[in-house]
Amino acid sequence: MAKFHTFDTAWCPGCGNFSILECLKTALEELKKDPSEVLLVAGIGQAAKIPQYINANAFCGLHGRALPAATGAKIANEKLTVIVSTGDGDSYGEGGNHFLHNIRRNIDIAHFVHDNQVYGLTKGQASPTSDEGLVTSIQPEGNVNTPLNPLLLAIAAGAGFVARGFTGKKEHLVSLMKQAIGYKGYALVDIMQPCVSFNKTNTYAWYNERVYMLDENYDSSDKLLAIKKAMEFTDKIPIGVIFKEEKPSFNEKNSVLKDSKPLIDRKYDQTITSRLFKEFI
Amino acid sequence: MYNLLIGGAAGQGIDTTSAILEKILKRAGYSVFTCRDFMSRIRGGHNFYLMRFGEKEVISHSYNLDGIIAMDEETINIHSNELKKDGFILCDTSIEIEDSRILKIAMEDIAKKLGNIRVSGSIAIGAVLKLFNEDYSNIEEVLQSFLDERYVDINLKAVKAGYDSIETRYPRLKGRFDDWMLLSGSNAIALGAIAAGIKFYSAYPMSPATPIMGYLATKGRDCGIVVEQAEDEIAAINMAIGASYAGARSMTATSGGGFSLMVEALGLSGMAEIPLVVVNMQRPGPATGLPTRTEQGDLKFMISASQGEFPRMVIALRTHKDAFYQTVRAFNLAEKYQIPVILLGDQYLGDASATVEPYEINSIETEYSNSEYSNEYLRYKYTKSGVSPRLIPMKSKNLVTIDSDEHDETGKITESAKVRVQMMDKRMKKLILIEQELHEPQFLGAVDYDILLIGWGSTYGPISEAIELLNSKKSKKYAALIFGDIFPLPQKLLIEKSKKAKQIINIEQNATGQLAGLIREYTGIICSKSILKYDGRQITGEEIVKRIKGGI
Repeated sequence: MAKFHTFDTAWCPGCGNFSILECLKTALEELKKDPSEVLLVAGIGQAAKIPQYINANAFCGLHGRALPAATGAKIANEKLTVIVSTGDGDSYGEGGNHFLHNIRRNIDIAHFVHDNQVYGLTKGQASPTSDEGLVTSIQPEGNVNTPLNPLLLAIAAGAGFVARGFTGKKEHLVSLMKQAIGYKGYALVDIMQPCVSFNKTNTYAWYNERVYMLDENYDSSDKLLAIKKAMEFTDKIPIGVIFKEEKPSFNEKNSVLKDSKPLIDRKYDQTITSRLFKEFI
Repeated sequence: MYNLLIGGAAGQGIDTTSAILEKILKRAGYSVFTCRDFMSRIRGGHNFYLMRFGEKEVISHSYNLDGIIAMDEETINIHSNELKKDGFILCDTSIEIEDSRILKIAMEDIAKKLGNIRVSGSIAIGAVLKLFNEDYSNIEEVLQSFLDERYVDINLKAVKAGYDSIETRYPRLKGRFDDWMLLSGSNAIALGAIAAGIKFYSAYPMSPATPIMGYLATKGRDCGIVVEQAEDEIAAINMAIGASYAGARSMTATSGGGFSLMVEALGLSGMAEIPLVVVNMQRPGPATGLPTRTEQGDLKFMISASQGEFPRMVIALRTHKDAFYQTVRAFNLAEKYQIPVILLGDQYLGDASATVEPYEINSIETEYSNSEYSNEYLRYKYTKSGVSPRLIPMKSKNLVTIDSDEHDETGKITESAKVRVQMMDKRMKKLILIEQELHEPQFLGAVDYDILLIGWGSTYGPISEAIELLNSKKSKKYAALIFGDIFPLPQKLLIEKSKKAKQIINIEQNATGQLAGLIREYTGIICSKSILKYDGRQITGEEIVKRIKGGI
């Protein structure tokens, strides 16, 4: 079996993206995936460069549009392990509408959001998850918009797998990634990741002071409890699988896709076309 | 040839009445062409169908009416001036308008007696069949294909009642079209996609493109096609590109407004060299415009949509024949050159139904390369033609990397000035081959012509009728060139035919003469006069003649 390996990156030293890349590689290796069966999809941003830095199939598409492209690919070939790995601006800002509707679709994709609460590639503007008051070059008086709570939104919209990780807890993050990839349906892992260049508020120290792991007694199938946990983002921030429930995935619900081989492997049947012609005579 | 108008309010069932009538007429041997003129509402208003049928092939509409089937008074008020002197108006006895051409039938009373007021349309169908000396031998089978089983009997009785309530007025014309197909332009596009081996279709509902999705959704299960209604047009096109990357032939369709949202991703298809077919069924813009009407206002938008430069092809659909064959061809060209191909239709073509010779399917090539590269696979390898070998993920051990950033041969991001130029040249080089694939415009009319009419897309029918009308008089000699393939612009025949013309007139359904502009830009040929129409209604052959005779 071919091995995964990573390449030189264009990220800033100390960036949380390094941990995510390392964890992704470990997760794929531990799951015994072959690079040729993995498709990494991303939009645009610093996080979105990740498919360029590891050997797998890579679709580096448009800003905000990773999810729809990933959806199309998974519909075409359900054997592909499809992972969207991209930033918070890409996922929740430019791609907000797709985020919402892919939860409803429940297509079997793992979505890793590198959530550093700030825009990196465009040099430090507020992102959808930026704290209120975050001062940037564009928000000189501080961000006045309420930060989006992606976990709460995902649970409310009906997502079946909602988790939060932290780049400072790599082993834990690897475990979350593996669970998300294994989950049959849309799986969100929001990964808290410091931006050493542009976010001077949500630093490693800031996260380390607040982050705690959900313990074994936590019941991730309890939706009301999960909503409560998702809302916990103050002096304490829980990480782990916040909510999980089994539900049919898009491919299982779709009458063309279920119980059959991948779409791209099906032979074209000319007799059907000829029969359709006759209906118009 | 006969021209009928069937009019009423939305919700009165004129859709079904027209669909049944045109099918019966087609099965009786007539060539039929029916176009829809309807308002953007679900109930009320005024909608009508123009149904034309004859013993010769009919490819356009006419307002020179032989008969009006009026399901309400408004239909008569609006259209009686379009009716020939010896024409007829078929309506219910409750209508109080005075006109010597009116033939009243107690449709509502008969329908009530039969037990369902909604069968009035079938009574009208019976009356029309009798007027045109048709029997109703085909009617039962046709009713069965359009109606729920429970309603077939009562509608049969209604047709019979209508038939018995009136006298024959017109001679039966003998056509040869009974074994031809009768279908809408939208269905022809959908069938073309099916014949081309489409596997994935994603779209967001938008008039007048929605019927394409409607047909594919109905047949998806049988044909193994996944049809997904996307959350917006941006998702629709990006899904189609994702599916195409993964190896499924994919298409999306919309109208101008939705296409505006797709523009960035069109460039992704061009940059990442992922085959894609996009259909734009034009309606009048800008913004929401006239949602249920027709226009040709998007040509220049299609040829330049998206930032930057990349090879693309734009094909205008002229007829129901084109709608099928050009769709098949669009898939093949998109795959062959790894480019986006845009099919440019409009509401007139999409919603109109026409009689076409049964389509033929040639063997299609949907097989992608399964070769494996022992060395590193280069998705964007420099080649002589500019087309790089395309692999599908998981069909080999090779990894497939595509990128919307400028990239090197492996697909990795680059900012190298040298690679940028090499990659641009590689992509743009594909145009040389695409230009060799172009179909020249259709030439119609007199060999010895003075005046050359130029048009594109769905005005094919009206322009060819105009040519026939103009050349039936001795004095002038007219010809026409009508473009299907429109970008890159095929120039050979245009240059040749324009040399001989004393005058060139472009006929377009837009306000600025977009094709004339394109022709001038690429060839220097100038159209000295223009017939432009942008009221949302398709021009007729008669209107073209009138405007030419009236000095335009």
